[in-house]
Amino acid sequence: MNNHKKNKYIDQSFKVLGVLFTMLGIFILGVLIYNIVVAGFSRINWDFLTSLPSRKPERAGIYTAIIGTLDLMLLTVLFAIPIGVGAGIYLEEYAKKSKFSSILEINISNLAGVPSIIYGLLGLGIFVRFFGFGGSILSGSLTLSLLILPIIIVATREAIKAVPHSLKEASYALGASKWQTIKNVVIPSSFGGVLTGIILSLSRAIGETAPLIVVGAMAYVPFVPHSIFDTYSVLPMQIFSWTTRPQQGFAIAAAGAIIILLLITFIMNGIAVYFRNKWQKKLK
Amino acid sequence: MKVKEKIIEFILKFCASITILTTVGIIAVLLFESIAFFKSVSIFEFLTDTQWTPLYSEKHFGILALVSGTFLTAAIAIAVALPIGLTIAIYLNMYAPTSFRKTLKPFLEILAAIPTVVYGFFALTIVTPFLQSIYPDLETFNSLSAGIVMGIMIIPFISSLSEDALYAVPKSLKLASFGMGATRFQTAFKVMIPAASSGIIVSIILAISRAIGETMIVAIAAGQQPQLTLNPTVPVQTITSYIVQVSMGDAPQGSIEYKTIFAAGLTLFIFTFILNSFSFYIKKKYQEKYE
Repeated sequence: MNNHKKNKYIDQSFKVLGVLFTMLGIFILGVLIYNIVVAGFSRINWDFLTSLPSRKPERAGIYTAIIGTLDLMLLTVLFAIPIGVGAGIYLEEYAKKSKFSSILEINISNLAGVPSIIYGLLGLGIFVRFFGFGGSILSGSLTLSLLILPIIIVATREAIKAVPHSLKEASYALGASKWQTIKNVVIPSSFGGVLTGIILSLSRAIGETAPLIVVGAMAYVPFVPHSIFDTYSVLPMQIFSWTTRPQQGFAIAAAGAIIILLLITFIMNGIAVYFRNKWQKKLK
Repeated sequence: MKVKEKIIEFILKFCASITILTTVGIIAVLLFESIAFFKSVSIFEFLTDTQWTPLYSEKHFGILALVSGTFLTAAIAIAVALPIGLTIAIYLNMYAPTSFRKTLKPFLEILAAIPTVVYGFFALTIVTPFLQSIYPDLETFNSLSAGIVMGIMIIPFISSLSEDALYAVPKSLKLASFGMGATRFQTAFKVMIPAASSGIIVSIILAISRAIGETMIVAIAAGQQPQLTLNPTVPVQTITSYIVQVSMGDAPQGSIEYKTIFAAGLTLFIFTFILNSFSFYIKKKYQEKYE
């Protein structure tokens, strides 16, 4: 075999390997979804969604976990969006090249790499103990807000960066002030990108388990929370607690709950991709 | 009018400052409780003891037993994710047709969007039984299964970020190499990877940092036995799954068990901080190379 042929052969073999590995990734995704659907599909019905958790696996439902997840997300949205978008606007539109803004930048990129369980310890030290909020929905949502803040900030900045300069200059030329320009030009035209980032960050928050375990989310909550100071459970927490039990019935219930969680995650990601495509087309 | 503008700027600046407060808060909380911890346990014992048994009556506080579990599972994950992720990145960039690339990338990224608790369930109920059918001596809780599944989870980190880095290499380099008669394989390994090396290294470091801090997969599938071992078939405990174990029980505030999770958390934070800073440094240093 001469050199040329050998190189061609290596080249082709690598191509086959590339196809195989790419397919392997997709295949594993398929195996994961298939197995979970097969294990848990029998549990998916109205009773499962509307029943309280139970010590008997065949009667256990995810009602309190779903309500807990909704409450938690609602509060997280309330805290994280104004602060995250505000910070993004500040960094992109106001911050001058200074020591402070470069510290801000390094800091945000570092925060994005902090493991989520460390945010849990932060929440435990500050919200649960120092402010005395205990293992409440309030502590959980404040902790999650801090966790997704870097994602929202980065997404906001990217979206604002994509707004054409000409639009802003046109606004200034009409005599608009800086804030008027931001409010009437920058925010509306970056809205699609910001929204995409927010949805993606929420889909991340919905699946988070580790920090919530640390700030006191419960494995077993037999009632629906009534105030932000009540204890709560969330869907991933319910899945974790069922997964770690020895009875086979709970593994089936866990698979059922996973189907619901994956549905929510995939739908949110789908919506985010849809908004991104629509927004990118509009910008062009 | 001028005043209103100033007030708005101030509010926005405050929003941005919350991120600094977050970092200060993390460091303050970790240090505060860790200092209290190190008043009862010497740093020397913490760093050199080979056993970690704060929840037993005979207490040992050797973080090495948790660190070894952490690095063992992370190493298995990287061993899975690095070759697969990098091959996929090169394949998508050099071989795959554009339309194929555009469809496949989002599909692979779904792997990163799946909640980690789902991966934990997958590892324990599907991957471990499968591995046991090949190797019957594998215990129910083990670092092999947890590590493999964690590797699957971080494939898209490496493949996507590395592909972005390869994509950023100027086309002229690639075409020049083709013009010299090089195959795609030769171009990939002799031209593209060296040119994109900083971006690829960053993606690998971020993947390692992610694997070290990953919690739910190891908490569910790797077990709860802190031990200094390199054997992937037996249960281990990582720093993160120890924190989960203590949090699931009710360690009273001020007790030594309560303080241990902050000392363990501080150790984890230091590891990931070093890795993240290193990747940030590489990113900044080599950023302008082709701009």
